[in-house]
Amino acid sequence: MTEIALSTSGLNKNFGSLVVAGDISISLPRGARYALIGPNGAGKTTLINLMTGMLAPDSGKIVLGNDDITAVPPDGRVKRGLVRTFQINTLFPNLSPLEAVTLAVCERRGEAGVWWKSLPSYKEAADEAYAVLSTLRLGDVCERPTKQLAYGQQRLLEIAIALASKPKVLLLDEPAAGVPKEESGELFAAVADIASDISVLFIEHDMEVVFRFASRIIVMVSGRILVEGTPDEISSNEKVREVYLGSGHG
Amino acid sequence: MIARFVSLLFDGFAYGMLLFVLSVGLSVTLGMMNFVNLAHGSFAMVGGYLAITLMNRAGWPFLATLPVAFVAAAVFSVVLERVLYRRLYRATDLDQSLLTIGIVFMSIAIAAYVFGTNQQPVQLPDYLRGRIVLGDFSFGVYRLFLIVAALVITALMVLGLEFTRFGAQVRACVDNQRMARGLGLNVDFVFMMTFALGSGLAGLGGALAIEPMGLDPNFALKYLVYMLIVVAVGGLASIRGAFFTAGLLGVIDIFSKYYVPWIGGFILYLVMVGLLVWRPNGVFARR
Amino acid sequence: MNAQTTSAAFNPQEVLRAQVRWRALEIVFWVATLAPFVLTPNYLVLCSQIAIAALFALSLDLLVGYSGIVSLGHAVFFGVGAYSAGLIAKNGWGEPISGLILASVIAAAFGYFISFIMVRISHFALIMVTVGLCLLVGEIANNFHDITGGDDGLQGVKMWPIFGMYKFDIFGRTAYVYALIATFLSFLAVRRVVNSPFGLSLRGMRENQRRMPAIGAPMKKRLQVVYVISACFAGLAGALSAQTTQFVALDALSFQRSAEVLVMLILGGAGRLYGGLIGAAIFMVARDQLADMNPQYWYFWLGLLLVIVIIFLPNGILGGLAALIDRLRSRRS
Repeated sequence: MTEIALSTSGLNKNFGSLVVAGDISISLPRGARYALIGPNGAGKTTLINLMTGMLAPDSGKIVLGNDDITAVPPDGRVKRGLVRTFQINTLFPNLSPLEAVTLAVCERRGEAGVWWKSLPSYKEAADEAYAVLSTLRLGDVCERPTKQLAYGQQRLLEIAIALASKPKVLLLDEPAAGVPKEESGELFAAVADIASDISVLFIEHDMEVVFRFASRIIVMVSGRILVEGTPDEISSNEKVREVYLGSGHG
Repeated sequence: MIARFVSLLFDGFAYGMLLFVLSVGLSVTLGMMNFVNLAHGSFAMVGGYLAITLMNRAGWPFLATLPVAFVAAAVFSVVLERVLYRRLYRATDLDQSLLTIGIVFMSIAIAAYVFGTNQQPVQLPDYLRGRIVLGDFSFGVYRLFLIVAALVITALMVLGLEFTRFGAQVRACVDNQRMARGLGLNVDFVFMMTFALGSGLAGLGGALAIEPMGLDPNFALKYLVYMLIVVAVGGLASIRGAFFTAGLLGVIDIFSKYYVPWIGGFILYLVMVGLLVWRPNGVFARR
Repeated sequence: MNAQTTSAAFNPQEVLRAQVRWRALEIVFWVATLAPFVLTPNYLVLCSQIAIAALFALSLDLLVGYSGIVSLGHAVFFGVGAYSAGLIAKNGWGEPISGLILASVIAAAFGYFISFIMVRISHFALIMVTVGLCLLVGEIANNFHDITGGDDGLQGVKMWPIFGMYKFDIFGRTAYVYALIATFLSFLAVRRVVNSPFGLSLRGMRENQRRMPAIGAPMKKRLQVVYVISACFAGLAGALSAQTTQFVALDALSFQRSAEVLVMLILGGAGRLYGGLIGAAIFMVARDQLADMNPQYWYFWLGLLLVIVIIFLPNGILGGLAALIDRLRSRRS
């Protein structure tokens, strides 16, 4: 009996006559490793925006665990364990990784609203932040401003900040976007290391990666779900081949 | 009573039309270029002071100074844009505001130095003075002229946007700058021309405003607030929004000055704050 | 996956602590504020004004430098504090310290009420509302000239001696001690806020507004708190001004006042705590020295200064110095 960590039912969003999300119903069980693939403009990032509350749906429901979070604002959803990363680095350029992750930890612990106590007095938060950074091999550079980090390290920091919020469900939007193949190994090692009870949905274009990490694949085209299934089922699916012009590379 | 009401309405609308000509350029460029140009009033001053100089020193007829005011302000704005503004296109709202405030301060000082701090005296041509009387109602000729001029300008703008190729390019750049660039449009050129046209209109407005609003060095700051209200409440890059807001603003201002003079700008600012809180993108904005 | 094992255990707390530690230069700065008593005893009135302007700029820094909010109407809090303090004294209660605290609380409450509006708008609309609000309150002050004195200003502000002992003298000694202590204590408070987790979240908002909700930050609530704190200290500065000069003019609520404090902050460098202080000092001294100049010319140089600073020194003097030091440091290594 697998618990469903996150589910959407009948999620719809239109911009005029443009359907960016058409009747999306997805179920993410606990500990899942699902991949969301599809051509550019299929609406994958839009779906994440809908799930996290950055975009309001026209209709439909989103359920996290046992709670209906359709009306919960974005920061509320994070507090309940639904966390995402961004396809384009959405970091704090002048803050160091240590500061950025400590901030995320303090937010989670409800300590970030305190204006009367000095930050260094929060030893536990700082230690936890450093631990997260270390597991992602960012310990050495954690004191430098984020804008001085290499691009690959910044992508790792994207994940670090998300992990600091102790997610139950993690939505990764093209975690290796822009990272050359030779360097992406570390990044995916980090993804592989994510605790097994966290449910992960990741958007990815590289089919090799998808087949390596995903236990199930969801294919989106033009705002709708085309088909859903195991890697074997998807790779042998005619419709999917058509969409990807046969080769399987996005 | 009714005559008074109609008269105020007419005066208010005329005043609003003047504000429209002054502000519409700011609305379009702010919406299109996303550049906070608080020096828009300085362009108006350039037009106004140039017109005055031509009239009082060189004996030019009033109507002849109007196109010159337009062109001079347009040229001045392009120079400013090339030399200073374009360095800050990616800068923060704050930096853009401060840069343009600096320019306003400088323009006020220069105007005071060259022309003195008093309001400039102006002699309108005879055919624009006096009033037209229709039964119980009387209308100022100059105000009628303002209304007609503004309507003509509006018509030209709307027709230009709808039916000319340049107009189509402007609309494309306003809607989606990146896409427009991707389609091969020379976005920089469109920006520059639109900016010039909008600033030229401000200069024209400045010349038109010498008589009804008075031209002194503080003009740029004093009426900046009104212009910003038209833009903020009317919605960025919205000619229609600017038109209605300016008209409304003019009417409210004239009415409150007559019926409740002791309140001053209070009602205006209160209404502005209220409208902006209700519709931050402008009351008449599209989305 | 093994966590990185380093020989000497890396202590993240130490890193954070090093950032908030008092630097030697800071101590030098504050000791230097005592110099006027000895070096320029005839200029203590100006020094009080500098301290007040510095505090005003510091309060704005919380909004502009640390939270990334553009405010072109900050004078509204200054004015509310000034008129509150003035009216409290004028109506019989001339005790300075309690009047100061009460005026600050009034300004803070005002900041709280308008924060509900402010946190719901952004960009251009926000700039406009800050301007509009300041003008609005200015008009109210003008209209109720029976209470506020209108164009003539609020007169008859009589202050009692501090602790019953120290009278406000014409040389400005008491005033400067009073203003300096108030400014220093306020600075300590603001410094603590900036170095707190809340301060870090403010900087997060400034650095990337989009990421904040994604880490679970309730931005609106945080912004409301910063408006209250900022308004409190701006009001405190205004109250100090009213109490030390025993007068309040309408220009305390003017757009010019809002623009000037912004200039001071940008001149020194926003987001660096001391930027506003240094910018205020330079600005006020320059203005005092050029006081004989025709006001129009003053505005010309002010405008030119703004243009030059924005184009060439967008991070202000402190920012420029920091960049210079960085460049020298990297050249050396």
